Amino acid sequence: MEYLNLFIKSIFVDNMVFAFFLGMCSFLAVSKNVKTAAGLGLAVIFVLGITLPLNYLLYEYILKPGALAWLNPNYASIDLSFLSYIVFIATIATFTQIVEMAVEKFAPGLYNSLGIFLPLIAVNCAILGGSLFMKERAYETLGEAFVFGIGSGVGWFLAIVCMAAIREKLAYSKVPAGLKGLGIAFIITGLMGLAFMSFMGIQL
Amino acid sequence: MNKDIYTKPFFLTNPITVLVLGICSSLAVTVQLKGALVMALSVTIVTACSSLILSLLRNTIPNRVRIIVQLVVVAMFVILIDQFLQAFAYDTSKMLSVYIGLIITNCIIMGRIEAFALGNKPWPSFVDGACNGLGYGMILIIVAFFRELLGSGTLFGYQVIPASWYLENGGWYMNNGLMILPPMALIILGCVVWIQRSIQKELQEK
Repeated sequence: MEYLNLFIKSIFVDNMVFAFFLGMCSFLAVSKNVKTAAGLGLAVIFVLGITLPLNYLLYEYILKPGALAWLNPNYASIDLSFLSYIVFIATIATFTQIVEMAVEKFAPGLYNSLGIFLPLIAVNCAILGGSLFMKERAYETLGEAFVFGIGSGVGWFLAIVCMAAIREKLAYSKVPAGLKGLGIAFIITGLMGLAFMSFMGIQL
Repeated sequence: MNKDIYTKPFFLTNPITVLVLGICSSLAVTVQLKGALVMALSVTIVTACSSLILSLLRNTIPNRVRIIVQLVVVAMFVILIDQFLQAFAYDTSKMLSVYIGLIITNCIIMGRIEAFALGNKPWPSFVDGACNGLGYGMILIIVAFFRELLGSGTLFGYQVIPASWYLENGGWYMNNGLMILPPMALIILGCVVWIQRSIQKELQEK
């Protein structure tokens, strides 16, 4: 049950886009049509679901204060947690690079539709943000880290697909000249964020 | 040196309102002016210094691995800033929580490195990085000014709206609680974009 709660919570209550503004850049840049938005969303779910458990293991067994005790009891006083930014981002960048090469080799069709988004993901704040939240909120098991990763990914997917659908319809409406494009996109995101705030009171 | 480098990042190519870079890690820190100011300064320092370093290294980095090299340099500066804040401004560092770490993936930094530092001499790259950081900071501070003033009636933590105006003291004024919620940052930003584009008509999208 706990996993299910965490899953629902990370999709709706702690939505990456609407509650924490993470992944905004690609969210605004790639939400012009639903199909590409869904492609990027799927890639984000995939990368979050894998890098979060990886970073969890690295943090738990190497970086955490006293984490090196399993190697040698004398190392118990070592605290490498200041290195976590560099380790997390290196994991993410390496992983996206590997995924990109693997997809290019084994699934050229998918690569052509997703290809350009994969390198973008390395600098998508939602991915690094997921790892940092995992560290800050101190999730206790590998399972929790994995569920949190998938849940945040699904939340991000949902947000970008909704946004793309709204923007497709928006093409037919009259928007004041100064607000066209970026301005109205900000305001719509804000309004969607207000709508998502209604999930906040839910106790899980 | 071209003087465009100094002025453009503030208006014509402002990273937030025109280039749409670096929105990710910025909006959540605009509830209070103090957080916004710290964030703006941190981003300016990181952008300027990493542009300088990568511009010095630009002829030696192999093209295929350049993203990872860039990320490592940027992450190094962010770690320095994070450790500095934890040592000298612990409360602020707690308040900004993960958003300091997220400077690493702030698209302004990568954007300026890719678009400018890798093709220019060190000193112009440094200036370009610094000015873009400041242009970004300017928007953060505008948004934070309105959110803090309307949301809690203070500026930098000092009470600005007279206490006797408030309803509970027999006045007529109430803080707008909506301003403290995250979505309002986006709506204010939308209005900033609107004002800017009404003045600079050449930026309007078709």
